[in-house]
Amino acid sequence: MVKLTVNGVAHSVEADPETPLLWVLRDHLDKTGTKYGCGIAQCGACTVHLDGQPVRACQTRIGDLGEAKVTTIEGVSGRVAEAVRTAWRGLDVVQCGYCQSGQMMSAIGLLSGNAKPTDADIDGAMDGNVCRCGTYQRIRAAIHEAARSLA
Amino acid sequence: MLKVRQALETAPSRRAFLGGATVATGAILLGFTLGGPRQARAAGGPDLTGGPAKPNAFVRIAADDTVTVMIKHLDMGQGNTTGLATILADELDADWATVRTAFAPADAALYNNMLMGPVQGTGGSTAIANSWLQLRRAGAAARAMLVAAAAESWKVSAAEITVSNGVVRHAASNRQARFGELAEAAAAQPVPQEPTLKRPDQWTLIGTKVPRLDSKAKTDGSATYSLDIRRPGQVTAMVLHAPRFGGVVATVNSKAARAMPGVLDVVTIPTGVAVIARDTWSAMKGREVLDVTWDDSGAETRSSDTILAEYRERLKSPGIVASERGDAGGAIAKAAKVLEAEFTFPYLAHASMEPLNATIERAPDGTYDVFAGCQIQTIEQAVVAATLGVTTDKVRLHTQWAGGSFGRRATPGADYFAETAAIVKATGGKAPVHLVWTREDDMAGGYYRPMVVHKLRAGLDAAGAVVGWEHRMIGKSIMIGSPFEAMLVKNGVDSTSIEGASDTPYALPAYRFEVHNAREGVPVLWWRSVGHTHTAQAMEVFVDELAHAAGADPVAYRLGMLKGAPRLSGVLTLAAEKAGWASRPSGKGQGFGVAAHESFGSYVAMVADVTADAAKVKVNRIVAAVDVGIAVNPDIIRAQVEGAVGFALSSVLRNKITLKDGVVQETNFDTYEPTRMSEMPVVEVHIVASTVAPTGIGEPGVPVIAPAISNAVFAATGRRLRSLPLDLGGLKGV
Repeated sequence: MVKLTVNGVAHSVEADPETPLLWVLRDHLDKTGTKYGCGIAQCGACTVHLDGQPVRACQTRIGDLGEAKVTTIEGVSGRVAEAVRTAWRGLDVVQCGYCQSGQMMSAIGLLSGNAKPTDADIDGAMDGNVCRCGTYQRIRAAIHEAARSLA
Repeated sequence: MLKVRQALETAPSRRAFLGGATVATGAILLGFTLGGPRQARAAGGPDLTGGPAKPNAFVRIAADDTVTVMIKHLDMGQGNTTGLATILADELDADWATVRTAFAPADAALYNNMLMGPVQGTGGSTAIANSWLQLRRAGAAARAMLVAAAAESWKVSAAEITVSNGVVRHAASNRQARFGELAEAAAAQPVPQEPTLKRPDQWTLIGTKVPRLDSKAKTDGSATYSLDIRRPGQVTAMVLHAPRFGGVVATVNSKAARAMPGVLDVVTIPTGVAVIARDTWSAMKGREVLDVTWDDSGAETRSSDTILAEYRERLKSPGIVASERGDAGGAIAKAAKVLEAEFTFPYLAHASMEPLNATIERAPDGTYDVFAGCQIQTIEQAVVAATLGVTTDKVRLHTQWAGGSFGRRATPGADYFAETAAIVKATGGKAPVHLVWTREDDMAGGYYRPMVVHKLRAGLDAAGAVVGWEHRMIGKSIMIGSPFEAMLVKNGVDSTSIEGASDTPYALPAYRFEVHNAREGVPVLWWRSVGHTHTAQAMEVFVDELAHAAGADPVAYRLGMLKGAPRLSGVLTLAAEKAGWASRPSGKGQGFGVAAHESFGSYVAMVADVTADAAKVKVNRIVAAVDVGIAVNPDIIRAQVEGAVGFALSSVLRNKITLKDGVVQETNFDTYEPTRMSEMPVVEVHIVASTVAPTGIGEPGVPVIAPAISNAVFAATGRRLRSLPLDLGGLKGV
C-alpha cells in the first residue's frame, strides 16, 4: 500500500512504488483529467502539481512522493487557477483539448511564481508542453490575459 | 423531449447496402466522394438538403429549456460540435446559453455524410459543408413546430408569433413561453417537410463569435476522451505488434508476462500478441517481458532510403497520365528557358496527442457497446460486427471526444477497432476490453502520409510566361487496395495522390501530369489535407521559381495565371495586402514568401515572414487570408488556421518517419518532435466575406504553410530548399 494525498484527499493505493503517478491517478483514483501523451516527459500532457510545483506525472514514481501533496486539473483552485481557467475559456484556447490540462497546470505554475511573465518567460515555462493542434498563440495570449486580470 | 409523430427512418436501407456484416468490399461504398465540396459545386453533385427536414434526428428540447444538438461527426478538435450547433441553433432561434451537443449513434441512414454517400463519417473537411442545409432545415422545422404549438395553445395566428433567444412570443396578446414549456406540445405538431429558412440578414449566431461549447469541459478535466472510458470490470489490453509491417507471430512464450502482477491473460490475435491486465501500467510491464518471435517472410524489410532510391529510378520512366493538355514536351523543347526541380517528402505520422485506443463491452444479450473516437462510424460498426460475428444492428457506437486525429482515426479497415474486437473475441467477451496503444505503438504503427517524390519541368517564353509544364510524381496510393479503390481510382490514378496538382487552377497552355503508384508494404493514409500536403509544396515552390526566373513579382506572376480563379486570386491579393507585401524586406537573412492553394473547396493564401541561416529557420509571422464561403464561426476558422500553422510547422522544419531494414526509427516525441511554444509564429487570419455556401477549414490551412515558408527562405537567403523537411545543409555559407 502506498499513501498519497490528491486534491486534499488522502488515499491508499495497492500499487508497486515504482508505478508512475500518472497511472495511479488515472487507473486507481479515476482522475482522468491528467493525460498520457508520451510517457517520457517530452510532451507535458501529464503535468500535475507537487506542492504547487509543476511536474510530469509520467516520470514521478509514487514511492518517491513522500509527504508531497498532489494537485490535478480537477482539484486545482485559487486566484491564479481561476484566472487561467477564465482566460482559457474567454479566448477559446482549446481545440481537441487533450493537452490542455497539462498546459494549464504549467501556466498556473508559471503565474504563481511570476506575476507578469514576458514572452521569453512563457517560452521557457511552456516549451515542455506539446499541443499538436497548435494552439500556442492562444495559450500565450491567455497567459498574458490571466496575468492582466491578476494584476 | 421534442418528439415528432413520424418515426425515425428505419434501418433497412442501411442493411441493404452493408450487405450483412461484411465490409471488405467496395460495393458498400457506392457514391463515396472525397472530392466533397468541390464536386458538390459542380452541377449534378450530391443533394445536400438531406431530404425532408428531420428535426427529431438532430435536436432535442428538454423541459428545462436545454437544446441538445445531435452531432453526426467526430470532433477531433476542429470545433465542429460548436459549428454544427451554431447552424441549427440559429434557425431555431435558440438561446446559445442553453445549447448542448451529443454525439449521434452510428446510423448511416440518418446520419450519413452526404459528401461520402451512404457512409457516416468525418473527413475531407466536409462536416460543415454537408450539414449546412440539413441542419438549417432541421432547426427551422423545429422552430416552426414550437410556433405551431404556441399558436394552437394561444389560439392565435402562427404568423403573428415571433421567436428569439429561446422564447416564443405573441406581442398582441402579450404572451410568451420558453422552449421547454412548449416542447411537449411541439412534438405533437406535424413536421414541416420544407420549412422556410432565414435570410442571411436574419442570422443572429452564424457569422458571430459564439463561445465554443467544449471549452468548459476541456478546461476542468471533465471532458471524457476515449482513453478516459472506465466501464465496470474493464481490463486494459496492450498489443505487441510485429517490428516490421507485414510480420506475423511465429512463436509466443507468455510465461514471464503471465507471472507479472496485474496481468490477467495473454492472447494471440491477428495483429500480434495482447497482454490483458488490471490496469495500464501492469499491461505495459507485462508486455515488456513477453517473448515473441516473428515471421518476417511477408514483411517489408527495406529501409526508407532504399525505397526512395527505387522511387527515383522509376521516375525516369513515364507514369500513368492523370491530366494532359496540348503538347507540353514539344512546348518545353522550344522554350526560351527551361527549369527542372525535384521535391521529396518523407512518411509522416499523425502523432495525435491522444494515442489510439478503444473500448468494447459485451452486453448480457450478446450485443456490443463500442467507446472510441469514432471517425467513420459506418465502417467501424461493420468491422466490429464482422470481427465478432454479429450483424451491425448488434453493435452500438458511442463516439467520444478525440484527442486529435488528423486523419489517423479514419482507416478504411478500422484497424484499431478490429484489434479491440479481436481481443474481445479471444477473451470470450467476459470483461470490457480497453485497448491502449502507447505513444510508441501509435507512432510506429504505420498509416503514414505517403513518402512522395515529385519531378517537375517547365518552359518559359522570352517574356517569362509558362509555355509547357511536365509533372511526374510517385508515391503509394492511399486508395488502391482499400474498399474505396473502385470509387476513387480511375485508370490507375488515385485522385488523392495528385489532387492540387493535376487540377491546378493556373492557366497553363500545355501540361502533362503523370503518376507512378508505389506498392511498398508500409501502410499509408490521409494526413490532414491528404495529397495537398505535398502537391501544394511542389506547385507553389515551382511557380515561385518560375516567377523568379521570369524576373517577376511572385504575387503578380501568380495573379497573371489565375484570371479564371477569382476566389484564389482574392485570398492571394488579400494576404499580400495585409502582410505588407509591397514593402517587404528581402535578403540579409530575412524574407517574405507567399503561397496560395485551394483544397476541399476552400481557398487559402499565406505570406510567411522568415529569418533564416544555416543554423536555423525561424518563422516570425504568418499572414493568412481564407475564403470558406459563409463563415459560420469566424473565431473557430481563425483558430483552425492558427492551429494548422502550429501543426504543420514541425513537418516543415524536421519531422520524418524513416525505416531501417523495415523497422520504424522514430517512435516518440524525442525523435519526432512537434512544434513547440517558442517556435510558434504570430499568425494573423483574414476571412473573406462571402455569400457562398460554407466549405471546411479543418484541413485547408495546412497545404500553403510549407511553400510559403520555403519561398520565404529563398527570399531571405537566395537558396531554394524544395524538399521537406527543409534541409538546412542547403543554407551553408549564407
